Amino acid sequence: MALRQQTGPYFGDFGGRYVPESLVAALDELTEAWEQAKNDPAFQAELDELFATYVGRPSLITEVPRFAEHAGGARIILKREDLNHTGSHKINNVLGQALLTKRIGKTRVIAETGAGQHGVATATAAALFGLDCVIYMGEVDTERQALNVARMRLLGAEVVAVNTGSRTLKDAINDAMRDWVTNVEDTNYIFGTVAGPHPFPEMVRDLQKIIGEEAREQVLALTGALPTAVVACVGGGSNAMGIFHAFLDDEDVSLWGYEAAGDGAETPRHAATITKGRPGVLHGARSFLLQDEDGQTVESHSISAGLDYPGVGPEHSWLSSIGRANYRPITDAEAMSALRLLSRTEGIIPAIESAHALAGALKLGRELGPDAVILINLSGRGDKDMETAGRYFDLIDQGAEQS
Amino acid sequence: MSAVATALQKRRDEDRGALIGYLPAGFPTIDDSVEAAIAIARNGVDVIELGLPYSDPVMDGPVIQAATQQALANGFRLRDGFEAVRRITQEVDTPVLLMTYWNPVVQYGVERFADDLVESGGAGLITPDLVPDEGGEWIDASARTGLDRVFLAAPSSSDERLRQAIDASRGFVYAVSTMGITGARSDVDQAARTLVERLREAGVENTCVGLGISTAEQVREVNEYADGAIVGSALVKALGDGGVARVADVARELSEGTYRGR
Repeated sequence: MALRQQTGPYFGDFGGRYVPESLVAALDELTEAWEQAKNDPAFQAELDELFATYVGRPSLITEVPRFAEHAGGARIILKREDLNHTGSHKINNVLGQALLTKRIGKTRVIAETGAGQHGVATATAAALFGLDCVIYMGEVDTERQALNVARMRLLGAEVVAVNTGSRTLKDAINDAMRDWVTNVEDTNYIFGTVAGPHPFPEMVRDLQKIIGEEAREQVLALTGALPTAVVACVGGGSNAMGIFHAFLDDEDVSLWGYEAAGDGAETPRHAATITKGRPGVLHGARSFLLQDEDGQTVESHSISAGLDYPGVGPEHSWLSSIGRANYRPITDAEAMSALRLLSRTEGIIPAIESAHALAGALKLGRELGPDAVILINLSGRGDKDMETAGRYFDLIDQGAEQS
Repeated sequence: MSAVATALQKRRDEDRGALIGYLPAGFPTIDDSVEAAIAIARNGVDVIELGLPYSDPVMDGPVIQAATQQALANGFRLRDGFEAVRRITQEVDTPVLLMTYWNPVVQYGVERFADDLVESGGAGLITPDLVPDEGGEWIDASARTGLDRVFLAAPSSSDERLRQAIDASRGFVYAVSTMGITGARSDVDQAARTLVERLREAGVENTCVGLGISTAEQVREVNEYADGAIVGSALVKALGDGGVARVADVARELSEGTYRGR
C-alpha cells in the first residue's frame, strides 16, 4: 500500500484512542463527520474558497540563494507558510475544523496553544464563523508569547492561562481535554497538531497536506524535478506532516524532521522526542514520548514555545520506525543562529520554530553537497518572536547589533 | 468471584448500598496515605480506590490534581504504590483497586504490573483513560491473574459501548455520573440514574456511580438505584485539611448514606 494511503486510528504500532469513555462519542462523531466532509465536494469547495480568498493560498515558494551559500551550495527553496493569514500553517487546519464544527452543529470551540499560533488561528476562525472560543495556554507560554495572547483577546477569544503541571503546552492540552469532557455537547475541540486521539492525527494531516501538494508542483515547475530532500521542524508535527505527505511515496526524496534540542539533546533540557524518547501513551495516542522510568511525562525545554512539547504525532513515530523519515535534533543556539542568518541574507524573519528547519537544512546541505535541492517548510513568521529574539541577541534598547 | 463483587454482594444482602472511597497514594506522604486508607476502611468504606499519581491526569479536577502533583513532587514512585497496597491489605480485608492512567502500566510492563499487583494484595485496576477497545493486553493479563478490571461507562456511551464495557469489566462498571471530571458538585445528575437504568437493561450485574459525589445524602440517593457510590475529592480534601482523623470522620458520615431508606 502506498504510504500516502495510510489512515488512522493506527500508524503501525502508534496512534489509537486512549481517552476517557466520555469522549468516545464525540470522537466517533468527529470521525464520521470528517469522513463525510472530506468526500463532500461542497465542503471542499468552501474550504478552497477560504484558502484562496482569506488565507492567501497557494502560498509562494521562494528560492534563497544567499542563505544557501551557507549550506554547502545546495539549492534551497522555502515553502512560504509564513505568508498565510495569521502568520503560519496553523490556519489551514483550523479553517477545516471550524467548518466541520458548523457542520456538526456546535457553537463553541476550544483549543490548546503553545506558541500561540494555533490559538490565534482558532480565535480568527471563531471570529470569522461567529463561534464562542476559549483558548488554553500554559502560563509560561502566555508570558513568553504575550503578543499572541493580546491578538487572541482582540479577536474575541477568552484565553485561559493554565497553571498546573509544567504550565506549558502539554498542560494546556490536559485542561482543554477536561473542558471538552465537561462541555462536549455544544463544544468542539479544534486540535492543533497531528497528535492526540484518532481522528485528529489523520484529520489534521489531511488538512495540512495541501502544503506538500502545492510545493511538490511548484518545485517541479521551478526546477523540473522533485527536490532531493524535504525539511521541516517537528514539535507535534503538523507542518512537517503537511509538507512530507505528498512526498511519502517518492522514494528518491529524503524527508527530514528537526526536533528542538534546547540546550542539547544530551542534556536534560530538550524537546527531542523521537531522538531521545521511547514509545508510550500521552494525550490519547501511543507515540514517542519524553518520560521517566515510571511513565511520568518529563518536561520538555525549547526556546521555541511551539516545539516545547514532550510528545509527537503517531504518524511521525511510524515514519521514523519504518525508516521513511529521519529525525534530528537542533539546539536553541543553532536555531537562533539560522534565524538571524535568514533575516540578514534574505530579508525574511522566520518563526523560531521554523528556524529549527533552517538550521537543519544548513547541516543537511553540507552533507548532501551542491547538487542537492532542499525544500524547507517555512511554517511561520517571526513577528511573535521579536521579544525572545530581541533579548537573545541583545537588540532591545541598545540599537541593532552590527556584527 | 472477585473480591470487589463479593464486597458489593455483602452490602446488597444487607439491603444496603456500598461506599467506594478514593485516595491518592503518596498524599500527603506515603505513610499518611496508607494510614488514611486503613482509616476509611475501618469507617465504613467497602472498597478502596487507591489512585496512582500521574503527571497528566486528564480525568481529574483541581483537588485531586493538586494532591497527586504534590505526591509526585515528593518523589512518589510506582513501587511506592505497590508497597502502599501491601501495607493496606495487611491491615484490613477491604479490597483495594488501583486507579491508574494507562501509561505508567505500559512502561512498567502490563504483565509485570498485574503480577506485582496480585503479589501486593491488590484486587484490580480502574483505568480512566483506557477504553476496552485499546485494552486487549490488560484484559488478557487480568484474566490470567484473576484481577478485577473496572472500565467506565458515560452518559454519552452508545448502547453498544455500554454492552462492551459490561462484557469487559470484572468487579463493577464505573458509571460516570455526569459529563466532566472529578470534583464535588451540588447535585448529582439525573444523567446518572438514566445511565444506571441503561446499564441494567444491558445486563450489568454491578455498577457504581462516581464523579461529583461528596455528601452522605448524595451517597444515599445514588444507592437507591446503583450498587455503590464512589467518593473522591471530598475525602482528599478532608485528608488535606484535617489529616487522618478528619478523613475517617468524613468516611463515617458518608457511610451513613449506604443505609437505604434512612
